[in-house]
Amino acid sequence: MLDLRVVRHIVVGLTAILFALAASGCVREQRRFREIPPGATAATAVRQTELQPGQPQPEEQIKGPYDENAYAVSEGQRLYEWYNCVGCHMHGGGNIGPPLMDDKWIYGGSPENIFDTIIEGRPNGMPSYRGRMPNQQVWQIVAYVRSMSGQLSKDVSPGRTDDMNVKTVEQSKGKEQPTTKPAEHPQ
Amino acid sequence: MKTATKQLRPGRCLALVCAASVLLCSGCAGVQSALDPAGLQAHRISRLWWLMFWVCLSVFVIVMGALGYALWRSRRRERVATEPEAERSMTRWVTGAVVVSAAILFILLIADFSTGRAITSLESSDAVMIKVTGHQWWWEFTYDDPVPSQQVTTANEIHIPVGRPVRLEMTSHDVIHSFWVPNLHGKTDLLVGHQTVTWLQADRPGTYRGQCAEYCGHQHAHMALLVVAEPPEDFKAWLDHERLPAADPSNDEQRRGRQIFLTRAWVMCHQIRGTDAGARSGPDLTHLASRQTIAAGTLPNNRGNLGGWVVDSQGIKPGNKMPPNELSGEELQALLSYLESLK
Repeated sequence: MLDLRVVRHIVVGLTAILFALAASGCVREQRRFREIPPGATAATAVRQTELQPGQPQPEEQIKGPYDENAYAVSEGQRLYEWYNCVGCHMHGGGNIGPPLMDDKWIYGGSPENIFDTIIEGRPNGMPSYRGRMPNQQVWQIVAYVRSMSGQLSKDVSPGRTDDMNVKTVEQSKGKEQPTTKPAEHPQ
Repeated sequence: MKTATKQLRPGRCLALVCAASVLLCSGCAGVQSALDPAGLQAHRISRLWWLMFWVCLSVFVIVMGALGYALWRSRRRERVATEPEAERSMTRWVTGAVVVSAAILFILLIADFSTGRAITSLESSDAVMIKVTGHQWWWEFTYDDPVPSQQVTTANEIHIPVGRPVRLEMTSHDVIHSFWVPNLHGKTDLLVGHQTVTWLQADRPGTYRGQCAEYCGHQHAHMALLVVAEPPEDFKAWLDHERLPAADPSNDEQRRGRQIFLTRAWVMCHQIRGTDAGARSGPDLTHLASRQTIAAGTLPNNRGNLGGWVVDSQGIKPGNKMPPNELSGEELQALLSYLESLK
């Protein structure tokens, strides 16, 4: 015989877990059309050198604001084509520009590094998109670019592509551990 | 109490129903109505519609009459006749009704087939060719021409000559849409990676509103278009003007507006022929000021609406693909002056 109180506890516990799961789904699916994300400060938050006056302090990490939002990542996927990132980086494999689906990052693979790369541009070909793209869209692209090497969780990463399927979709991509050694720039 | 019973008298009810019908029918005429046909196919469709309406109305009235008669008779007679003779009479009635129903359905079937045949057989070698591409949530139109430089791209508003067939070759950029201008023709779907073809012909000049008729996402309801049917000479003048590149700015404010347009986010998505803006993701803006509406029929095209749209399109049409833009009041006014000069 099961104690009724135990059964009640189990039911309450399961309900709470279900509610928690449902709530986490809300974040994943939220569509925020009008917000201005904290992007304006990111461009100035990245140091160009490790040297600092006095004792180096740990950097304040700027989270990608859309790393947990599936809608924003899919928008990033659309904009990746729309703004012709695909023209140089292809679908992540790289060609004129370096690949984005591997573990190597020339200018850093954290969200604020990628934001900086898009806004500031980089030597040898990466154009600066400053002023040509609202910060919100840049962050969406940042989230999508990170999903290409499996940095985002599977429930957020895109599960299909609008084009012919030429590679493993982001959702099925294993997570690449960014290497500490910086990558060679393509010659 | 007395007045209430007075109001419910059958005569009053009839008058009310008549008034309501008149109101309903007045809604039938207008810029977006299948019951106010302005084209060959729409005429056939509306004829079929009225045939079905009158047939169904007659059947409904007859069935209700029979039901009423049966109720009235069963009240008068206390016991139901079950004699073989009455049984036979009922069988005859039921058989007759089945035969009549089958005949009516068959007539409707024939009418349906012949209408379908008539509305798809409008073909001509002298047609205006327009390529239609559906986007979330706007329409892209390209007037085809053997000379590539004479092709014209515009958005959300087409002009067509009266009395000349128009061939529409349609496809979609993202999801399935459906092209529907009720005054001119029925619906045709726009599919991704596949071309569908439909024909139109307007018999009288006028402006007709169309709408996407296949649910296509967040702003499906705000995906409208206008078809302006006009005499052939007006159409030719319009098309010749559309072929021209955008007008050059005529004063300093407009020049500043163009500078802002070409150095900010807009240049990434829109095309203005005659300038460096050549992106095709958003609607072509070469002759924006000559269009009647903005945002695919969402708002009338005037300076105020345009300003609201430029700064905060997400407040007007949430989820559309144009992001919010930050710019100062002075910059906004300059940009609007430039956009308004794009006649």
